[in-house]
Amino acid sequence: MALDEVKIGGLGASRRRVEDNRFIRGKGNYVDDVVLPGMLYMEILRSPLAHAKINSIDTSAAYAIPGVRMVMTGEMMAARNLAWMPTLSYDTQAVLATDKVRFQGQEVCAVIADDPYIARDGVEAIIVDYEPLPPIVNPEQAMAADAPLIRNDKVGQDNNVIFDWEVGDREGTDRAFAEADKVSEISMHYPRSHPSPIEACGSIADYDRSTSKLTVYMTSQAPHIVRAAVSLVAEIPEHMIRIIAPDLGGGFGNKVPVYPGYVISILASILLEKPVKWIEDKTGNLISTGFGRDVYLKGEMALRNDGKILGVRMHTDSDHGAFFSDAQPSKFKIGLMHSTFACYDVPSAHLTARGVYTNKAPGGVAYRCSFRVTEAMYFQERMVQAAADDLGMDQAEFRRVNLVKDDDFPKRTPFGFLTDSGQYEKCLQIGLDAIGYDDFKKEQEEARKRGRLLGIGISTMTEPLGAGNSREYDILGIKMFDSAELRVHMTGKAILRTGAKTQGQGHETTWAQIVAHELGIPAEDIIVEEGDTDTAPFGMGTYASRSTPVAGAAVSMVSRKIRAKARKIAAHLLEVSDEDIEWELGRFYVRGAQDRGVTIQECAMAAYSNVPDGMEPGLENNAYYDPPNLTWPFACYIATVEVDPETGVWDVLRLVAVDDCGVRINPMIVEGQIMGGLTEAYAMANMQFITFDEDGNCVGSNYMDYLLPTAWETPGFELHEVVTPCPHHPIGAKGIGECATVGGPAAFVNAVMDALKHTGVRNIDMPLLPDRVYEAVQTGNDISGMPPVKTTDE
Amino acid sequence: MTSLFEEVPVSIDGDIPTTRVEVKVNGERRAAEIEPRLLLAHLLRNGFKLTGTHTGCDTTNCGACTVLLDGEPVKSCTVFAVQANGHEVTTVEGLASSEQLHPVQEGFKDEHGLQCGFCTPGMMLSAVALLNENDNPTEDEVRWALSGNLCRCTGYQNIVKAVIWAGAKMRGEA
Repeated sequence: MALDEVKIGGLGASRRRVEDNRFIRGKGNYVDDVVLPGMLYMEILRSPLAHAKINSIDTSAAYAIPGVRMVMTGEMMAARNLAWMPTLSYDTQAVLATDKVRFQGQEVCAVIADDPYIARDGVEAIIVDYEPLPPIVNPEQAMAADAPLIRNDKVGQDNNVIFDWEVGDREGTDRAFAEADKVSEISMHYPRSHPSPIEACGSIADYDRSTSKLTVYMTSQAPHIVRAAVSLVAEIPEHMIRIIAPDLGGGFGNKVPVYPGYVISILASILLEKPVKWIEDKTGNLISTGFGRDVYLKGEMALRNDGKILGVRMHTDSDHGAFFSDAQPSKFKIGLMHSTFACYDVPSAHLTARGVYTNKAPGGVAYRCSFRVTEAMYFQERMVQAAADDLGMDQAEFRRVNLVKDDDFPKRTPFGFLTDSGQYEKCLQIGLDAIGYDDFKKEQEEARKRGRLLGIGISTMTEPLGAGNSREYDILGIKMFDSAELRVHMTGKAILRTGAKTQGQGHETTWAQIVAHELGIPAEDIIVEEGDTDTAPFGMGTYASRSTPVAGAAVSMVSRKIRAKARKIAAHLLEVSDEDIEWELGRFYVRGAQDRGVTIQECAMAAYSNVPDGMEPGLENNAYYDPPNLTWPFACYIATVEVDPETGVWDVLRLVAVDDCGVRINPMIVEGQIMGGLTEAYAMANMQFITFDEDGNCVGSNYMDYLLPTAWETPGFELHEVVTPCPHHPIGAKGIGECATVGGPAAFVNAVMDALKHTGVRNIDMPLLPDRVYEAVQTGNDISGMPPVKTTDE
Repeated sequence: MTSLFEEVPVSIDGDIPTTRVEVKVNGERRAAEIEPRLLLAHLLRNGFKLTGTHTGCDTTNCGACTVLLDGEPVKSCTVFAVQANGHEVTTVEGLASSEQLHPVQEGFKDEHGLQCGFCTPGMMLSAVALLNENDNPTEDEVRWALSGNLCRCTGYQNIVKAVIWAGAKMRGEA
């Protein structure tokens, strides 16, 4: 009898999470929980100004404080060639400022002391003489002819432009616009946001002179990339570096890059020969580490009167802050922005993109998204709604006309990606039925007569998740694949390690489910480890929803290698030839004699005690998986809202989500991911953003100014599912962690804009704060979220 | 603390006054010699090695550091340790006995009320405080009671379910 897969915690089981056993007892092990003997503590002094020359730094008062061991300055870093470090986008970033500061919050000095309170006292005692320079707070200002030069450190950089990039078919798109019945235009800003995991960043560097080994506990979503980077930057041999990412208190892309604090703590540990702990405070995290978004769009769509999209033209200006440190596949300058319109049949499209330096924190991390796809899909869905409105066409019908049909796969997207599967129209229809689309439209009309403003917004999108394949995706030349290593012990229990790094996604639970599915070993008999570069196989880490598409696939493949060997052992035990062996979950048997069989556990025992002649003993293996394509989940999100015209406040009435992420390994966890993503989508639409005043002061530098939704304002979510298996993934799964964050915001914003349709307002930049909505209702004007520029001086 | 193995500084700086505090933590009397500026969160984490209490934001917004002070939820990153002198503190480590989880802990696991786990201890202690006063709360009452605790992973829906599940268990209905 084959095993019941759900009972052994295999594919499709909503298995309760293994990692919860320690988290609910307060026994998680986060970086700040790690204590090493003789450990010192580091605190960073940050620049209060956005742009200023450093005239002098006086550290003597800090050194006078008992317990202060060392004060590190840019000069000290420079003496060791570490004042600047390379970024993930072929730029450089200051570790500690030497010449000038280029954003508020930039690292200027670091104090290492016996305890964290003394370290902070030391920071306060440092005197820095700054000479203010004019700050640049938005791309228009950065591109002005007389703009001050931010990166005067770079040879050959004579303006603030980082890149000009284009992709698509310029001529074909021009032709489409020439033939169009109508051209729909819309401009908007996707505001700067911060992933803001509740746990900020931190590290404990521990250099041991006696062994020459450097061990670093670090809040990293990609510890192997960090090991390579540290090896290259600090010139320490790679085998002498051990990066350990313990439990992470959320990541959302924020913990992908290498930050100055990590580098400084490493040098401090080498110089002092003691472990040095650096734990960033919340303000440090919000004002200096990897942000997301901050892109301005000019979008145009060429339309036929019957609703068919003929072409799309987009131009983006992106604000990267003072250093170009986007974490993204290196060859694409604006991430996967060109995955836009992938779910629609668009004959031709063209995108131009320009990136600029400003006096803001560097970053451009993939904040819960696959490299700028959040902007891509938001722009797409806002453009789609504007186009439907311009044609006077129903927004659901407009989508139906243009969505790629089920039998059109595989299908080239307008910019050349290859989508391979989906049931787009079915998802849309399930969403429309669930929300009661036609009834709501009637209700909306009735309400309007009584002065109430109801709105409905749709967002449909497919996004590319799971970089690589390695042909097209690399970071600084390191190809994007992933790995798994499985060791089955003689009693049939096992340990699995992967190159991914969980940060709340539940890998310890779900990876064991994949092994259970492939081998029939109960999930509870498999432990999963990740994050220690000395023990885990090399991998690119967890972000861009790539764990299940890439590392998860590797888990399947390594399990199949194990099964192939076990089959040979089974043939040996059953004294038949390989070809006469059949497999059912958890057991091999002799073809035609199902009762003559051996379990996988019996094969494991034999692997260590009774292998056939000529076979290596043992039952372990590894697999490196390079996916043939990205995975393409599809989502349809529909929101209904009511806007109060007297206050500009809007409430979510309902949110219906239809997600097709292929086969679901653990439905409970998948739904958890979707709800978390929807909450971040709601946050971005409603309240969460980081902006700057005209002096370059960060507005949103703590949780009193940077608003995150609580349980009280977060709406409830209604989830639905469609399953279209991924044709190339070993178990048919697609990425899911980020779909809702990517597709969600447009549903909320489209709903509010739908409620305001009668006012003639075409766009309000996110977040749709009450004052912005109120002003739009009162004036009938679009509302821009671009940070204001100082106009009075000079 | 024992004096057998404790290393002390070679020279003690006379400018920093210290004071003795005694706190009953999870039912056990504990004492420490501390600087008056030490925060309760840091006494618990660094002094008493109870690292289940997390510090998330330093501004009393996120609630990851929530503990019960004489049964009332407080954010221990904005309570001085000296303010807890002579009082009782319950941390996440005090919720379960060795055999039996607290119903709130069971509920969080069963309803998938956590992902990265960082906000979870504070979230659970706020929930315990609510359920100690009202073991049959409505969804709105749960959402309001937890509105001082931020979670970035779950979207709260499962946290609310977890608390309602725990309430039912405490009433003997689950």
